[in-house]
Amino acid sequence: MNVNEVPQDARDFRDGDKVRKLVYAVDKDGKYTGVNSAGWEAENEATRQAWDAVDEALADTEAKVKAGQLSPIAYYMQKCLMDKALLAKYVGKWGWQVSRHMKPSVFNKLDRSLLEKYASVFNITVDELISFGK
Amino acid sequence: MSRLNFQHQQHAHCESGVTANLLRHEGLQQITEPLAFGIGAGLFFAHIPFLKVSGTPGTTFRSLPGSIFKRVTKSLDIDVQTQRFSTPAKAMTALDNVLDSGKPAGMLSSVYYLPYLPEAFRFHFNAHNLIAFGKENGIYNISDPVLEDVATILPEDLAKARFAKGTPEPKGFMYYVKNVPAKLDLEGAIQRGIKKNCFLILSPPLPWFGINAIFLLSKKIRKYPQQLTERKAQLYLGNIIRMQEEIGTGGAGFRFLYAAFLQESSEILKRDDLKGFAQELTAIGDEWRNFAYSAARQMKARKTDLVSFDQLGDMLHSIGTKEKDFFTRLNKLKW
Repeated sequence: MNVNEVPQDARDFRDGDKVRKLVYAVDKDGKYTGVNSAGWEAENEATRQAWDAVDEALADTEAKVKAGQLSPIAYYMQKCLMDKALLAKYVGKWGWQVSRHMKPSVFNKLDRSLLEKYASVFNITVDELISFGK
Repeated sequence: MSRLNFQHQQHAHCESGVTANLLRHEGLQQITEPLAFGIGAGLFFAHIPFLKVSGTPGTTFRSLPGSIFKRVTKSLDIDVQTQRFSTPAKAMTALDNVLDSGKPAGMLSSVYYLPYLPEAFRFHFNAHNLIAFGKENGIYNISDPVLEDVATILPEDLAKARFAKGTPEPKGFMYYVKNVPAKLDLEGAIQRGIKKNCFLILSPPLPWFGINAIFLLSKKIRKYPQQLTERKAQLYLGNIIRMQEEIGTGGAGFRFLYAAFLQESSEILKRDDLKGFAQELTAIGDEWRNFAYSAARQMKARKTDLVSFDQLGDMLHSIGTKEKDFFTRLNKLKW
């Protein structure tokens, strides 16, 4: 890649344009040098697609929580970009326990201390957690 | 506590960047990022289909986190301290002590818990390297090599980032330079780095690492249309592109960075043949870029009309063949 070929395609979503990363390119004398790049279309599309996938899954889960099929834990887990295995590690439970907590009937009976644990992992208050979708 | 007189410099990759910045702080101005990357044998490729990361097969262009800093300092006979911790409290106290002693400290962290980074990049990625170089009014001064300027972070956020869960777990990993030798064996370190990297790329007898993994991915990618839904195939392609080009590789999955290393080495060792190798690797890097560009077109097309998966497989096969030949010849250089 030559210096004049370094792409400058703005990454205009989720503050992505705040970083002009450094890439290595060859100058007119054949020497490698560091050049700032605003982004590259190919890479921007891939990043955007990953976020779109997150948004789609999140909208789907939100509908399920509102319909009473899943507990708010399922929603905030995805909002924090976690999966069950990762969330289980953060709250110090097994994956199957987290799965149970995603059932509204089980969620409604959870201890205050466990709700606080979940809320702190999600960086929200217990009230925000239990009132979501109501 | 205050802010050390630390010179932040932006680099392409977090770990070679942190290594270069820490060594330059100790007065080793000759250690550029490409030199740190090459001496640290940072170039790699792995594709592990059964190891799923957020639902997509694990693909990486970098070597194990921590290996660059370790190899560079070992090869140059630099005295360092590395530590992991059992609790965030101990890890933060230890950091404060290092800063009090007048040393900047490198750390492993999770990108997700670094509020100063744009949201676009903040996934649960736990192997990001950064440097703390001061603490003013309870807030840490951070030199993050992928950023143009220095940043700040609250202690509670830094503690979260250092103790993120998942794979790998940083466990508060911290590292800093204690002493540097009066004279550096730069020439020897370059030669050892090249040897080591050729070994890492060429010799793993398993299909998931090095050159073998490029051929493996080439085979797998051809089967995506038959084996996956259109949506999955798009996500799989997107993930490969991100690993190759998103922040932190300097372009073409580190190939340009390594070519820059070979070019700098040719001047240090006064060997013109390395300059030729650098040019060759630049051409291979351009092929990687072409692959990413084509994969992105396929990803966006939502129909198999532009670049077929077979063509993407062909591109990777061609890259694999060229890299195998390239590193086999590089490995045979007589020093």
